[in-house]
Amino acid sequence: MDTPLEIAGKMFTSRFLLGTGKFKNKTDLAQSIEASKTEIVTVALRRIDLERHDENILEYIPRNVTLLVNTSGARNAKEAVRIARLAKEAGYGNWIKIEVINDSKYLLPDNQETVKATEILAAEGFVVLPYMYPDLYAARALVQAGAATVMPLGSLIGSNRGLKVKEFIQILIDEIDIPIVVDAGLGAPSHAAEAMEMGADAVLVNTAVATAGNPALIAQAFAMAVEAGRLAYLSKLPPPKNNADASSPLTGFLYDQSR
Amino acid sequence: MISLVDIKNILHDPNPEATEQLAQDAGRLTRQYFGRTITLYAPLYLSNFCSSYCTYCGFHSHNRIKRFKLTAEQMRQEMSFLAKQGIENILLLTGESYQATPLDYLKEVATIAKTYFSNISMEVHPMEEAEYRELFAHGVDGITVYQETYNRKRYKEVHISGKKADYDYRLAAPERAAKGGIRHIALGILLGLADTAEDLHALYQHLRWMERHHPGVEYSVSFPRLRAIKGTDFAYCDVDDITLVKVICLTRIQFPRMGINLSTREDAGLRDHALELGITRISAGSNTSVGGYTVTAAEKQDPQFDIKDHRGVKDIIAILKEHNFDPVLTDWRRIDN
Repeated sequence: MDTPLEIAGKMFTSRFLLGTGKFKNKTDLAQSIEASKTEIVTVALRRIDLERHDENILEYIPRNVTLLVNTSGARNAKEAVRIARLAKEAGYGNWIKIEVINDSKYLLPDNQETVKATEILAAEGFVVLPYMYPDLYAARALVQAGAATVMPLGSLIGSNRGLKVKEFIQILIDEIDIPIVVDAGLGAPSHAAEAMEMGADAVLVNTAVATAGNPALIAQAFAMAVEAGRLAYLSKLPPPKNNADASSPLTGFLYDQSR
Repeated sequence: MISLVDIKNILHDPNPEATEQLAQDAGRLTRQYFGRTITLYAPLYLSNFCSSYCTYCGFHSHNRIKRFKLTAEQMRQEMSFLAKQGIENILLLTGESYQATPLDYLKEVATIAKTYFSNISMEVHPMEEAEYRELFAHGVDGITVYQETYNRKRYKEVHISGKKADYDYRLAAPERAAKGGIRHIALGILLGLADTAEDLHALYQHLRWMERHHPGVEYSVSFPRLRAIKGTDFAYCDVDDITLVKVICLTRIQFPRMGINLSTREDAGLRDHALELGITRISAGSNTSVGGYTVTAAEKQDPQFDIKDHRGVKDIIAILKEHNFDPVLTDWRRIDN
């Protein structure tokens, strides 16, 4: 059967990562984590408030779940590096999801700056999971820079549009040796299953879960779709064809020598 | 980009079903891009000295009100009061006086505010790019600068004297702030000053231009509505609730990811409903007088505008939760700019 997902030497049974933004309350978040059995949860450092308020988001994330702090808000490599260091100093571990976004309209990641930040942080001992636009050269540069995974977007963040850049993600899956985690734009469990069938190692979902009427239910559905897609991939799906190809040939007997 | 004619058609369409459709579309986009989260902020007035004469404003230079600005000690007192209530996003405001509240004063303010709040914005007189850069370096992440109206003729009529009378200097202020490194820039129009459709169209063009030329900045918009203010006398038109709702919804549809702010100028009922439409940031427990939270006695206060929603921070948090929203107090952690 399936082998665990390995990131930086750590093993995970679940291949479903969950984001924590946009939830209407923290209970929904806690229930979504539980229902999906996710083992990696990403939180923006900017949303963590340890100083004084009662509802600290981290209290809703079980201790056995790996916390992946992200650099949301960073506009360039320098800012991402500062946010990562702040997170580490604050005691949130050394797993960091780099998000460098310098476009508030499309929220597309800046690959060049992401590579720079990855290089600096990986050298400092961070486990770096960079969010990126699926470009082969950038992905190779990220591997070179010491990234633990590559996290290509499926479509624009929050768009729920699914795998709009599917063919380019496939290239990364085929060519890059570290885990590929498809992040952003997955709006339905079927999108997640599709990514896993292609051979992605894991997916990360946030908006589709957080903004659903029943977040815990869809979180579970996503987790199941991820598992189904993974099993389909492992089963070596037969390729789709354009012509009919009957499962049991009807005329084979004509050429059967032993008849 | 939506045309002026289309904006006019929408704003003037009397059909309630069309308004409902607009609201449904706006509400859906808001939930998709922001979830059920509402960010809270509070205004803090530092000074009411003003060298501009703007007919609609309670602080204008010809109005006979007691002028003063907070000392460092008074600032700490006011800031501590707000911080204790959980406020992390602070909007620091002054009248527009280059003499009474110069850059050095604002830098001092920022230095003090940093010790209380994770996110500092300022609504102060427009300045030069290099000055914005200095503010940024002192921990100011956001600048609010409303054009008030984009109608030059009307602008001239209501901005009689002082630096604010210079339309073009103000118009280019957001760009100078962006070049100075400021992360969040809030633009806005004062509804009721001029033709709403025309101002909205011009504001959209301004926002698009800013998005194209300074894509890294996070933009937000505000639609304060003009109200009668003690000691002022000027012509303005009433913008009714239906129009305000349409303005909010249309803006959400045109700019799905953009923050839309709503202040306590609006009453509790309207504010609570507007949360479902497109508003993503609201002020809470606001006072619009200098020293209004702790320094100046209530009967001696001269507010910049009258507040209609008097609920405190705790009440607002409770009401947001009741309406199934996550009240967001912290959404920024300052890094050394």
